Amino acid sequence: MSDFEPKVVAFVCNWCTYAGADLTGTSRIKYASNVKIIRFPCTGRIDFMLLLKAFANGADGIIVSGCHPNDCHYTSGNFHAKRRWIMFKELMDFMGIDMNRITFSWVSAAEGAKWADVVNATVTRIRELGPYVSYKEMVDKSVEEEVKNG
Amino acid sequence: MDNLVKRAKELLENKTVQVVIGYEAGPTGVIRPAFITDPEKAGKLIYNDKCDQNLAVYLTKKEVKNFGKMAIVATLPVMRSIMMLISEQQLFAESIVVLGISADGNLLDIADINIMQGYIEKSDLSNPEKYKALLAELNKLNPEEKFAYWQKELSKCIKCYACRQACPMCYCTRCTVEVNQPQWIPVQANTHGNMEWHILRAMHLAGRCISCGECGRACPVGIPCHLLTMQLTDQVYTYFKVYAGTSDKMNSVLSTFEPNDKESFII
Repeated sequence: MSDFEPKVVAFVCNWCTYAGADLTGTSRIKYASNVKIIRFPCTGRIDFMLLLKAFANGADGIIVSGCHPNDCHYTSGNFHAKRRWIMFKELMDFMGIDMNRITFSWVSAAEGAKWADVVNATVTRIRELGPYVSYKEMVDKSVEEEVKNG
Repeated sequence: MDNLVKRAKELLENKTVQVVIGYEAGPTGVIRPAFITDPEKAGKLIYNDKCDQNLAVYLTKKEVKNFGKMAIVATLPVMRSIMMLISEQQLFAESIVVLGISADGNLLDIADINIMQGYIEKSDLSNPEKYKALLAELNKLNPEEKFAYWQKELSKCIKCYACRQACPMCYCTRCTVEVNQPQWIPVQANTHGNMEWHILRAMHLAGRCISCGECGRACPVGIPCHLLTMQLTDQVYTYFKVYAGTSDKMNSVLSTFEPNDKESFII
């Protein structure tokens, strides 16, 4: 497993975390390059289905990040997102999908160093957990099922 | 039961309502929904402990609404569904008459929505006892066992969407599964796509599910999909201290928020 490089997808909001990640770069802070950042208008826009699609398409870990509570550009997007994530987490725990692979965080536009920490911590954790084999197996098996069933 | 028939007949005779939605026994004795429009046929209406279908699903159907004003035989889950439908502006309180049935099978006198609300608030709103044991059992498993269990169950799904059709809260005329740009849920039935569908369904019903268990009963291959929504009903109560369908003015949990919502996993 030593040559395993985790694939991490980050769903971030435009106004805080994306700008925060930008600051990480302009501050010349180094962080793991395993992360692929996808920019959204707001955390309220991040549909839970996108997280599932990321796993289905081969992601080993996911980061979801946005503005701190009360800092949302649209006033309440992150509060709505918070409730949705609470429910999503409980549902995933109930179905046995590995929530250790998803990091939820608040990173503001001024927290370039925190963004680097969040990414590094996530990548380290995923490296220990290894590839998300059980989910990938299910997806592969489903493709086979489809071929078999025509 | 006689009271129910009498009341239904009365309502139809003095033209307060144009249709009574209730239960009848089919030719083989199977309980099925009945739509009574003729007062002479009100005698067909029955109520017993086998009448467990959630009839509220018909209240939003165009074919039924076309009859005119409706009266509906309503047990507790049906009353809660009605509350949810009114709070989500899918139904006018004035357009229905509720023939409430108490837990022991007697006709309740429910004159208006406030009386119905009072009755709902007095009742036990948590998940029905028979499902609680199953939920507790599943919650004891470790993550791998849970994942294996749901994969096994969901591999049976044939994507007939009976769970959706039977649910009074799934009234969208265009469901996300019918959207194909982007194709969120694959059309074919396979374990992975089935799991995505059931996660999507449970999430869309989070904080709206009224624990009637109709989705599980409707499933032709016996997937306990009602446990997913019922687990979330439990969690909604744990986190937000509300049960769905208790007021005609409430917002569903995921469409509103409190600034001090508590969680422990966001860093």
